[in-house]
Formats: sequence, structure tokens, C-alpha cells
Amino acid sequence: MNTELTAMTAAEIATAIAGGQVTAVEVTRAHLDRIEAVDGQVRAFLHVAPDAALSAARAVDNRRAAGDPLGPLAGVPLALKDVFTTRDMPTTCGSRILQGWRPPYDATITTRLRQAGVVILGKANMDEFAMGSSTENSAYGPSHNPWDLSRVPGGSSGGSAAAVTAFEAPLGIGTDTGGSIRQPAAVCGIVGVKPTYGGSSRYGVVAFASSLDSPGPLARTVLDAALLHEVMSGHDPCDSTSVDAPVPPVVAAARQADVAGLRVGVVTELGGDGYQAGVLARFGEAVELLESLGAKVTEVSCPHFSYALPAYYLIAPSECSSNLARFDAMRYGLRVGDDGTRSAAEVMSLTRAAGFGAEVKRRIMLGTYALSSGYYDAYYGKAQQVRTLICRDFDAAFEQVDVLISPSTPTTAFPIGERADDPMAMYLADLCTIPSDLAGNAAISVPCGLAPEDGLPVGLQIMAPVLADDRLYRVGAAVEAALEQRWGHPLLAEAAGLDARAGQDAGAGQDARAGQDARAGQDAGAGQDAGAGQDAGAGQDAGAGQDAGAGQGAGR
Amino acid sequence: MPITRVEVAHLATLSRLALSDEELDRYAGQLEAIITAVARVQEVAAEGIPPTSHAADLVNVFRSDVVVPPIGAAAALDQAPAAEQGRFRVPRILTED
Repeated sequence: MNTELTAMTAAEIATAIAGGQVTAVEVTRAHLDRIEAVDGQVRAFLHVAPDAALSAARAVDNRRAAGDPLGPLAGVPLALKDVFTTRDMPTTCGSRILQGWRPPYDATITTRLRQAGVVILGKANMDEFAMGSSTENSAYGPSHNPWDLSRVPGGSSGGSAAAVTAFEAPLGIGTDTGGSIRQPAAVCGIVGVKPTYGGSSRYGVVAFASSLDSPGPLARTVLDAALLHEVMSGHDPCDSTSVDAPVPPVVAAARQADVAGLRVGVVTELGGDGYQAGVLARFGEAVELLESLGAKVTEVSCPHFSYALPAYYLIAPSECSSNLARFDAMRYGLRVGDDGTRSAAEVMSLTRAAGFGAEVKRRIMLGTYALSSGYYDAYYGKAQQVRTLICRDFDAAFEQVDVLISPSTPTTAFPIGERADDPMAMYLADLCTIPSDLAGNAAISVPCGLAPEDGLPVGLQIMAPVLADDRLYRVGAAVEAALEQRWGHPLLAEAAGLDARAGQDAGAGQDARAGQDARAGQDAGAGQDAGAGQDAGAGQDAGAGQDAGAGQGAGR
Repeated sequence: MPITRVEVAHLATLSRLALSDEELDRYAGQLEAIITAVARVQEVAAEGIPPTSHAADLVNVFRSDVVVPPIGAAAALDQAPAAEQGRFRVPRILTED
């Protein structure tokens, strides 16, 4: 195994391939070997595609040999969250209802990656339909945090984050609906970015909450994240919520890495009680660091942020209850109980009961409740008003400062199983990240050290106004450079034992990945009182049309 | 506010989820805890605050009406749980009587 190649950044790999020092095939082989060696324990991938990856790598090598120009990430391997459709690989969303599904089309982002010569190594594990903060809601079992295999890698994009952290891929792509890129990045000690809503295409991203879902990059360095951000973003006519504006100059900003004179606001409401001491300590140091680098740091109050979490857990489930109505057992995916005696409605209910896991069912019912006539005004309607208040808090804050900062998460990575039976405890993992999703602006998590009490990574969150994504990279790169200078190495170098631990039991296996998890097996027996109610389709009891994404005017 | 087992059963029906008795019991308690927590939005959402349904400032997005090739019946049916005569085969949707 060539560990030198897997230790390189995406920028270094692309430069080496373009310069002829190494071939894309060699780079891809090195990463496939690494997956073979460590993924039996990390379990970042649901599906590894060696043939497709090597073929994409060969195409890059051929283009170089022919003298064709190569893009900035040509030949660089990537772990793609299993929520993006791929023609040549299964797309399961971590759900049993889509086990083995082969979509008939590529997501726009999948297409852009292919066109850029990025090598997709496979599909990364995730919480089912992106609902969760730990990957424990995957029907195929959890991924493990490479810093401590007994802990979660965060979620929902935990597979992509774990793959990047374990050097199985230099790049990953996730989706962020309530923090699903930034939270796993934070607890894995890597970089994760939620671009401005609409900055990256949702076409071919299996929908969770359409007004919130934001695809974005995961990487080990801020510059790598910026390079991927630029490749994957930009206007897409296939997504009606895609922003028709130039991609912000994120790569230039990452290279600028300068905060002198920048106005930085510390959000008063994102800290204090409920936050782990080591998280607050490292965050405090990051604030001092920014001041020492010439930033003007002040404290800014965003009084309604404490209502963001409750608003989110009404809005996101409401949209999900509508979006997931499409899984009806008729045109693709699982079908259960079709024995000739049952009606379509009965088959639908049996299939959904068998195919969805506990958290997805919980959110579908929660959303159905919030949208029901009689409750709509009190819950969904109020949550939408709170969303306005959050947007106003951001607007007021960004009149005073250029960026806002906070810890990315209230705690470091928690042990697998610790919060599995307590939904509200799990939801708190998104406490700091949700405001930016509700407002649709841009935010990043960059590593800012290890919590002394457990030796696990802490993330610094930086938030910027809509379409000012470049500021994230400017600040993030400055913090990264200053901290690495102080430490003398990147944070991941302190993941002591990552290599040793991951190296033992090498080759233990790609096999037996799917279908081994007990949770997936909730056999929905017959005769469970299904089938009544011909009236409403799932979750359509009221309001919030099929796609809260488009339509509904309002806006702020 | 209490969520009864009967209410959960109704939600499950609306959601097209054939839940077991054990699941109904479990979800009743969990949904009640979650709904109690999220009801906090009612503390600050006063009259006159407009709702925000969406973060993007976009209204009525149009594109040119260009004909593009469809994926075709074979690709559409490729992943069907059941197909017959070039169509999706589905369970009955009407009762006999």
C-alpha cells in the first residue's frame, strides 16, 4: 500500500498527476488499497466501486497523455454520500427501502464530478435519508470515528467524513440540512462546508427537506474544500432553487487566508450551559487567535437562535413527510406483501413499515402531525415565523460584522449507542449548525484543537451571509494556517494510532456489508391494521405542498 | 401536550405506515416529548411576523421549453418491483364491491 499517496492533499495529488509524477490510476489504487485495509473497521463505505474508479482514473491518464487540459481536481479520489444518484452504482440513502436501487440518471453533482475527472471511489454511509447525527440510523450499520472507533463519526454525512479522516479518500461530498456536513466534520477533525442554499444543485439528491438541503464538500484542508466547492457548484437549470449567480471566489479566498481588519462576531447564544468544557476552551482560544491575527472581534446577540432547534424539528419533518411520500412501493425500491390479496394502499403501508427505520418513521409522523389541520397553525405556521426571526437576527448581525463564529457542536464525538434511544438528545448535536440552514446562508467547520478531557476534535464554525461563501474560506484558511504553525503539524497527525489501529486486521473486509443490521429487519407482518383511509396520501393531510422547495412565495 | 396511542395510530394511517402495537406505544411517548420541546416556537412567533417557507429569494423560476429525450420505458421500468407488458404492475386500487 502506498501510504504516501493517501497522505497527500487533493491539491497535491492533482498537481502531481498534472505534472506526471504519478498517474491517476496509481493514486486510485493506493486509495482502494487503503479502503481494503481499514474500512472493515471504519465502515465508511456502503459500496466500493473499484472498476468504475479505475476506469475513471484511466480516462484522466489518457487525457493527460493526449495533452488535453485537466481540471484542478482531475484524478483525485472522492467518497460520495449515498444520497446522490449514480447510474453505475447503487443509491440507497442508507435505507432498506432503496436497497440495491440503481437510479436511471446521475445527479448534477455526480455529472460535474465525472466531467472534472474526479474519481468516485464509491458511496459513503449515512443516516437513513440524511436524518440523524451519528450514522446510527443507517440500515446498514454505523460508521466509526477514526479517532476512536467506539464513537460516532457524526452524521448524517458521517461516512464521507470518516472516509476523509481515515485517509480512504482526500475528498468527500455530503449534504447539510441541519448540520449534516459541519457536525461530522467537527467531530472528525476535518473541514466541512455548507454552501449558500441554492449554490450547489439538489438535482439527483434524494430529497429530505427541500427548503434546507445543501450539498457541500468535506476535506482535510480548507484549500481542498474550496477546490471541490468550485467544481461542484454553480447554476443548474434542473434545480428550480439553484441560484443563477457566479460561484463565490472560494479558492482565491482560501489562498488569501487573511483576516486583518475583518469584523468577527461571537454569537452570544451559541455557548455556555450545555456545552462541553473542552469545546468552550478550544473555541475561546480560537477567538483569541483571530484577534491576534488582526480580526476585530465583538460579541453579537442573535436572540432567536435558541428557537432555531425547535423550529427546525417542525420544518424539516414536515417537508420530509411530504417528500418521502414518493416511496410508495410502486415504481422502484422495496415492495412487501404483494400477494394478490392486498390493495395498493395495504402494500404501501406494509412496505413503508418494513423499509423505513425508526427515526424516519418518527419524523414522517411528526411532520404529518405538524401539517395536520388543527395543528398546522400552531406548529408548522409558527415554525415558519420563527424562521423569519432567525433570518432577521442574521441580517442585523451581518450589519455589524462580516462573519459570525461559534463552536460547531456542543460536544465532541459521543459513544455509539449513547443517544440512540433518546431522540431529543440526538437532536441537540445540531444546536449550533441549524440557524444557517434555516436562513440559507453559508457556514464552515474547521478543526480548532482537541478537547483536553477526551482528546477528541473540536470544530470552529464560521458563518457568512448568503453568497459570501468566500469569507468562510478566507477565515478558515487563516485559522488553519495559524493553528498548524502553532501545533507544528495538521490536527489529524494527532489521531495517534489511526494508522496502527486501522492497519491491524487489514483486509478484514469489504464483504458482508449490506443487510446485516438487525434494525433493518423490522419484519412487518400481515394484519397490522393497515390500509384504512383512502383519503390522504402519506403526509399530505394539509399544507406544505409536494416540494416546499419551490412555490409558496413568502420569502423574507 | 399528550399524544395518545389512538392519535399515533391515526398519524400512522395518514403516513401509510403499518406499525406494530409495540411501535405505537413507543412512538406515543417519543412524539409527545418531541412535540412538547418544539412547541417552544409558540413563545416568540407573534402576530404579524410573516412566515418564511424558503431561504432562497426566488419566485417563479422559468426555463425555456426545450424538448429533451426522455429516459425511455425500458430505463423507467428497469427497477420496478413488478412490471408487465411494458408497464408497472401494481396491486389493486379498488375493492370488489
